[in-house]
Amino acid sequence: MIKLELADVGMRFGDVVALEGINLAVPRGSFVCVVGASGSGKSTLMSLVAGLTRPTSGEVRLDGYPVTMPGPDRGLVLQSGAVFPWRDVERNVGFGLELLPRLSKAERSERVLRYLEAVGLNEFRHALPKHLSGGQRQRVAIARALIVEPEVLLLDEPFGALDVQTKEDMQLLIRKVWRDTGTTVLMVTHDVEEAVFLGQRVVVLASRPGRVAADLSVPLGDHRDLSVKREDSFLALRAKIEDLVRAFHRTGGQGPRQVVAARSYTDSAARTRSAELSPPEPVEVTRPDSRT
Amino acid sequence: MSLPRRRPPRPTPSLLAIRKPNSRRATVVLVTLSVLVPLGLWWGLSVSGLIQPARYLPTPAATFAAALEMAGSGQLFTDAWASLQRVLLGFGLAIAVSVPLGIAMGTFRAGQSLFEPVIGLLRYLPASAFIPLLIIWLGLGEPSKVALLFIGTVFFNTLMTADAVRGIPTSLIDVSYTLGARTGEVVRKVVIPHSLPGMIDAVRVNAAAAWNFVVVAELIAADSGLGYRIVRLQRFSQVDRIFAVLAVIALIGLAIDLLLRLTRDRVGRWT
Ligand SMILES: Nc1ncnc2c1ncn2[C@@H]1O[C@H](COP(=O)(O)OP(=O)(O)OP(=O)(O)O)[C@@H](O)[C@H]1O
Ligand SMILES: [Mg+2]
Repeated sequence: MIKLELADVGMRFGDVVALEGINLAVPRGSFVCVVGASGSGKSTLMSLVAGLTRPTSGEVRLDGYPVTMPGPDRGLVLQSGAVFPWRDVERNVGFGLELLPRLSKAERSERVLRYLEAVGLNEFRHALPKHLSGGQRQRVAIARALIVEPEVLLLDEPFGALDVQTKEDMQLLIRKVWRDTGTTVLMVTHDVEEAVFLGQRVVVLASRPGRVAADLSVPLGDHRDLSVKREDSFLALRAKIEDLVRAFHRTGGQGPRQVVAARSYTDSAARTRSAELSPPEPVEVTRPDSRT
Repeated sequence: MSLPRRRPPRPTPSLLAIRKPNSRRATVVLVTLSVLVPLGLWWGLSVSGLIQPARYLPTPAATFAAALEMAGSGQLFTDAWASLQRVLLGFGLAIAVSVPLGIAMGTFRAGQSLFEPVIGLLRYLPASAFIPLLIIWLGLGEPSKVALLFIGTVFFNTLMTADAVRGIPTSLIDVSYTLGARTGEVVRKVVIPHSLPGMIDAVRVNAAAAWNFVVVAELIAADSGLGYRIVRLQRFSQVDRIFAVLAVIALIGLAIDLLLRLTRDRVGRWT
């Protein structure tokens, strides 16, 4: 069943067309990753789904109802974390619950404790954000979004500012959360490895204007650990998607290389990685350095 | 062609290293100098006999004696309390008006469009230029003095509060909405707590202005207050007492600043 749906969504800022003709369906309980180069409109897409901005054309629908404003059914985690610096960990996580009527204090702190445990921040519950590491702050942000039990969890490059080790810890954490809670996750990242490791599907955004260039399913199964990142099938898919991101990335000021992404590649229906892919014709594809 | 090279910099003395902490001893020495040098200059000048007649520049000791004498008669306390009361009332009113206004300006674009042009203009009118008008409108009594303090501080405090409020990152507001907060709740639970330290900073700066204005207001027409006392003492050329009053004004100002700074540090522990 389709949970989240973007129907022909477009967004322009004056002359800048950030997104154009985006069609995307995120089924209930799935984990979909969106990758794209910087400026391809990933953050714009997220704020449209969150309801923080309205699209200039098309519609975002959740369970069939158009999204018109932000709400607790769509939890958002940003790269900066955006934790409340004056609230300690516990009160950051409890923020969403404070807004609910008829939720006793005892029940609230019991829930906060449960979510703090889930993200491994129990012993830091009285710490101020300034005393936390970047990874811990992201854990706060994730727990704070999850505690109000969103239908969809929106992640906008949540681990973009973290070092590799912390990032992988967080990837495992978010996988665990996803499997335990069964929430739907839509995640935006520029890290293709991360997208392939986490997603059941990876959507590639072309830039200028932002369009869906490819929609690939990740045939890795739902039980993954970090070692999967070294498997051949993982590396091949990763390289393929990295090529696509590169091919569909157009920076401004490239003048004559006016390219229109004529074709897009979709194999999500087939749900196998055997679907044929070729680089979009008009652009030179630079192979990334050989990876081992 | 290779780039020209520069010789490596000479090691900087630690006192001139940008933003580096000094040793404890150096700090103590510098702070002591900053107090003692002006005091020493004053003392040297007052005993040098360069100023004639000598009572026009009393020695620090004579000033202290005058202060003790005035304190003994209770006069100093009555005056200080009268001035303080005016500040509390006038600046208190200014805070009561400027803080909500500043929050509205910093939070809502409509508030900014509505208030910023007029306040941006009014703040350039010097408050002391209003004194004649205030006397005409409100007479020579307390209301005109309170009004002067109010006018002198309300505009600046509004604009500075608005600036402090505007400093909140949009991401915090976005996230609050996605957690289910309504606009009023975002203002109450996110915008205000985040900008509270900045607002107290604004109050601190403008409290100094208020303390200046109260003395100005009392120079004109008053029957009590530290400013009034200075005018009275001028008639009898009691310079030592004027110095004593000035010292009291400085000390009370310092105390107010200290109090506000402590409050700010407490409130802004998270920054
Ligand atoms: N509020 C805005 N006003 C004007 N232009 C905007 C606005 N927000 C985004 N844009 C433009 O829309 C395009 C997409 O921006 P967006 O932030 O969504 O990219 P992104 O994919 O998230 O990039 P990054 O990976 O660097 O975060 C950019 O060209 C940007 O300049
Ligand atoms: Mg972005």
